[in-house]
Amino acid sequence: MLDCTPEGPVETHTTGKINPAKTCQPLGAMYAALGIHGCLPHSHGSQGCCAYHRMALTRHFRDPAMASSSSFTEGASVFGGAANLKTSIKNVFAIYNPDIIAVHTTCLSETIGDDVPTIIRQSEIPEGKYVIHANTPSYHGSHVTGFSNMCKGIVSYLAESDGTPKKERVNIFPGFVNPADMREVRRIVTEMGVPSVMYPDTTDVMDSPLLNRYEMYPRGGAAIADIIDSGNSKMTLALGAWSSAEAAAILQDKCGVPGVPLKLPIGVKATDALIMAVKDGFGVDVPESLDIERGQVIDTMIDTHFHYQGKTVAIFGDPDIVIAMTEFLITLGMIPKYVLTGTNGKQFETTINGMLAEAGIEGSKVRAEGDLFDLHEWIKEESVDLLMGNTHGKYIARAEDIPLVRIGFPIMDRAVHPLMPVTGYRGCLRLIEMISNTLLERRDRDCADEDYELVL
Amino acid sequence: MTATDLNVDDIMAPYPDKVIKNRKKHIVTKTAQAGSCPQIEANTRTVPGIISQRGCCYAGCKGVVVGPIKDMITITHGPIGCGYYSWGTRRNKARADDRTPPEQIYSAMCFSTDMQESDIVFGGEKKLAKMIDEVVEIFHPRAINICSTCPIGLIGDDLGAVSKAAEEKHGIQVIHYNCEGYKGVSQSAGHHIANNQIMERIIGTGTDGPTGDYIINILGEYNIGGDGWEIERILEDIGYTVNSILTGDSAYVNIKNLHTAHLNLVQCHRSINYIAEMMETKYGTPWLKVNFIGVEATIATLRDMAQCFGNEDLIAQTEVVIERELAAITPELERYRSICEGKTAFAFVGGSRSHHYQYLLKDLGMEVIVAGYEFAHRDDYEGRDVIPTIRSDADSKNIPELNIEPDPEMYEEPNLHLNMSREKYNELVESGRLASYAGMYPDMPDGSIMIDDPNHYETEELIGIFHPDLIFSGVRDKYISHKMGVPSKQLHSYDYSGPYAGFRGAIIFAQDVANALSVPAWKMITPPWEKSETQGSE
Ligand code: SF4
Ligand code: SF4
Repeated sequence: MLDCTPEGPVETHTTGKINPAKTCQPLGAMYAALGIHGCLPHSHGSQGCCAYHRMALTRHFRDPAMASSSSFTEGASVFGGAANLKTSIKNVFAIYNPDIIAVHTTCLSETIGDDVPTIIRQSEIPEGKYVIHANTPSYHGSHVTGFSNMCKGIVSYLAESDGTPKKERVNIFPGFVNPADMREVRRIVTEMGVPSVMYPDTTDVMDSPLLNRYEMYPRGGAAIADIIDSGNSKMTLALGAWSSAEAAAILQDKCGVPGVPLKLPIGVKATDALIMAVKDGFGVDVPESLDIERGQVIDTMIDTHFHYQGKTVAIFGDPDIVIAMTEFLITLGMIPKYVLTGTNGKQFETTINGMLAEAGIEGSKVRAEGDLFDLHEWIKEESVDLLMGNTHGKYIARAEDIPLVRIGFPIMDRAVHPLMPVTGYRGCLRLIEMISNTLLERRDRDCADEDYELVL
Repeated sequence: MTATDLNVDDIMAPYPDKVIKNRKKHIVTKTAQAGSCPQIEANTRTVPGIISQRGCCYAGCKGVVVGPIKDMITITHGPIGCGYYSWGTRRNKARADDRTPPEQIYSAMCFSTDMQESDIVFGGEKKLAKMIDEVVEIFHPRAINICSTCPIGLIGDDLGAVSKAAEEKHGIQVIHYNCEGYKGVSQSAGHHIANNQIMERIIGTGTDGPTGDYIINILGEYNIGGDGWEIERILEDIGYTVNSILTGDSAYVNIKNLHTAHLNLVQCHRSINYIAEMMETKYGTPWLKVNFIGVEATIATLRDMAQCFGNEDLIAQTEVVIERELAAITPELERYRSICEGKTAFAFVGGSRSHHYQYLLKDLGMEVIVAGYEFAHRDDYEGRDVIPTIRSDADSKNIPELNIEPDPEMYEEPNLHLNMSREKYNELVESGRLASYAGMYPDMPDGSIMIDDPNHYETEELIGIFHPDLIFSGVRDKYISHKMGVPSKQLHSYDYSGPYAGFRGAIIFAQDVANALSVPAWKMITPPWEKSETQGSE
C-alpha cells in the first residue's frame, strides 16, 4: 500500500496534486443547494461532473443527492450552453417540480464563459418559483469555496430586508458540516431561547429517515420564505471563515444584518464563543442545561487526559474544520504536529501558526494547498501518534501504522457519522471518545500480555 | 402487472412534448408475439435537465479503462475534481506479482495537474510537462497515461506534443487520451478513445509473452471485488494460461504482450469490443464473448472456450473442473435459492452487467423484469447483427475510428491461433460462437422491459408500477430505492463485497442478495402505533 512512494525526503513535488486533500467547487455548491427545502441543484456543464458530484455526496451521506445537469455535448461546448440551460430549466420544472432551482457552473461552462444570470433572466420560470445561481469554476478554490459561493448566491438572490425594525432572531450560517452538526448548533441556540433561521440546512435532507415513501424533496431544508426573511433578522452567526464569512458579509451589505464571524463550534472554546455571541447579541442568559453539558465535557477532559495528553497528531481536511479541531486538540493537551488543508488561503497557515505559538508548541508543520503526498512525506520523516482526517487518510494510516480518527469530508468507509455531531459540547464528548478509544485500542493491541490490563 | 399492460404514455405524461418524443424511443417491451427484437434508441444525447445516471467520456476512459492499469501512473490533466472523483471509486483490486513488485503499483493513487485559473488562461502544457518530470523523478513509473478533461479541450492544450516531448526526455511511453468529458454522449466515448490508444500504442510492443498451448486474454474484466482472480483461478485449473486481464489488475508489461494470446475473451462487450475487433484485424486473434457471472453462464462459457480450441484433453479437463466446482457450491446455492426463488428485480447498470447478472439471478430463481443500460449502444440490446444498421450521428462521429490493417509480420490466420483447420474454424464462426454477441434482448423474459439511459423519474415510476423485490443499480439511485422500501445492491461496486464471478462468486452474490432481501429492518418500517388492528402485527 503506497509502497511506491520514495524513501527519503522529496524536494521535487511542486506541481499538481498527488492524492488531493480537496475537490472541486460544484460539489460544495450542490451540497449547499440541497440545504434549501424544495430545491433541485442544477449543474451547468457536461453530465459527468454532476454524476460525479452526486456520487461523492451519496457515498459520504448514504442518502440520495438529487441534481440535474445541462448535459453538454461537443456542440454546446463550442457554441455555448444557453440553449441547454433554458431547456433544462423548462424540463426540470415540468418533470421534477421543485420550488427552486440552484444552478452552479462547472469548469466547462466557466471556460466557455456562459453568462448564467442573463440566461436565467431569459428563461421561462413558472410563477412563484425561483432560479438562483453561483459561479463555481473548478480551477479556483475547492469544494469549500463552492459551498461558500452557493451560500453567497442564496443570500444575493433571496434575502430581503423590508425596512422594519429587525426581529429578535438570529441567522445561522452553519458552514460545510454534517446535518447532525447543523442540528446540534440549532439546538443550542434554541435552548437559549433565541429563534433562528439556518441556511443552508441539510438536516432531514441528507440524513432523511426511511418511512417507506420516497420524497424527492424531503421535509428538511431551509424554507425559502425564511431565507427571504433572514434580511430582517437581528444578526448572523457566520460559522467558519471559509464557508460562511463571505455570505454573511453580503447579507450585512444588502440588508444591514450584522454578521459575527466565528469558528465552527468544534471544541469547548469555539462552542463557548458561539454561546457568548448569542448571549451578548440578544441579552439572554445561558440556561443551566448548557452549563451542565459544558461541565460534563470538562469533567470528561479531566477524567481522560492521560489517554491522549502529550500525544502528537497529524490533522488534515477542510480549513474550517481543521482550524477548530486544532484548537480543540491543543486544549486537550495534544500536540498538532502536522496540520494541512487542500484548500487555498494563506490565512489558514497564519491562524494555525498563531494558535500553536500561543500554546508554546514548536516544530509543527502547517500547510494550506497541500496534498496527502505532502502529509505522508512529513510523516515518513517523523511519525505521529494519531492521524485525524477523512477517509483518504486510511492509506497513510496503514502504510505508517498510525491509528486514524475519521472526521470531516468525505468519510466513505464508515457509516452513521452524518447523524452524529462533532459540534457543540456533545460533539466534544464524541471527539474525546473517538480519540481516547482509538489510542487505547492501539495500546491494547500493541502491548505485551503482562501489560494487558483492565484499568488504565 | 406485466409489461404488456404497461402504457408507456402514462409514464410520459408529465414530460414536455419534445421529451416524450425523445424518451419513447428508448423504451421497448418484450412480448411473446414479437419475433425479433424491436429497435431501441441508444447512445444518443441525454435530454438536458433530465436526471440521468450517466457519466462522461473522461469517466469511461480514465475511470473505467486506463485508471486500473496498476503499473502506469495516470495523470488527470485538468482541475482537481475529475481526478478526485475517479479516485478509488471502482474497486479495481490489484496486487503485486513477480512482474509487478509493490513499489511499482500506483493504481490506488490520484495524480492531477490541479489546473488553476492562470493555467486556464495561459495554457496548461508547461504545468503538465513539469508534473510529468516530477512524477518520473519521484516514482520511476514504467509508463504514464495522461487523461484530458473538459476545460483542457477548450483551451486547446496539445497533449500529443507534451507527451511526445516527455517520451523523448524520459525514455518511457507517455500516452495521452483526448477524453474530454463533453465528447460523445456518455462514458462510452471514453471507452472507445481508451481502446484506440491502448491498441495503437501499447499492444504489440512486447516480446516476452507467456508460453503455453492455450494462452488467453480476458478483455473487459475490471476485477471489481476480485472477479478477475476467481475467473483466473478456474481457467488456470483447466489448463489455460492467462496472459493478461484488461484492465483489472492488469499491468502495462503484460498489455504489451496482448497480441501473443491465442484467444481473446470479451467479458464487458461495451467497453472493450473495439480492442477485440481491432486485434482480430491486425493479428488475426479470434474473440469469444463470454460471461462468468452466474453458474450456468460460467459453465456454458467454459464449454465454449474448450470448443474453440477443440482439444479433447482440454474438453475433458473442463468437465472435471465444472463437476468439482459444482459439487462444492450446490448445497449452499440451494439454500440461498430457497430464499430468493420467485422474486423479481430491476437491473440498471452500465454497459454489460445488466445483462450478465440476469444469468446469476436465474440461478437463484429470480427474474429481471426491467433492465436498462446507462450508456450502451443498440448492439448491446439487440445483438451485433444490427451494427450495420446503426446510423452514426454527430456525437459519435467525434470519436476517431482507427484504420487497422493486418500486421505484416505478426498477423496469423485465426484458425492457426486456435490450432485448428479452416473448416472447423468456419463452423465455429457460423454457429455464432466466435466474434458474436446476441445482446440482452434474447435473454429477457416475455413481458419484460428494456430501457435505455434510464432516468430518475422513469425509475421511480416503474418501481411504483411493478414493485420489484430488489433493484440492482449504482450508488446514486441505491438510497432512493431504499426510501421506497425496496432493497438495492450496487452492481458497480458490489457494496464492497465480491467477487461475484465464477463459482465461488455466485455463492457470495447469493448470500448478499438473500441478506438484502431478508434484513429484519424491512419488516419494522411501520411503527407499531401506526399499524391498524386489521393489519395485525408482523
Ligand atoms: S473539475 Fe470540472 S470537469 Fe472535473 S468534475 Fe469538477 S467541475 Fe467537472
Ligand atoms: S459493465 Fe458497464 S459499468 Fe461495468 S465496465 Fe462494463 S460498461 Fe462499465
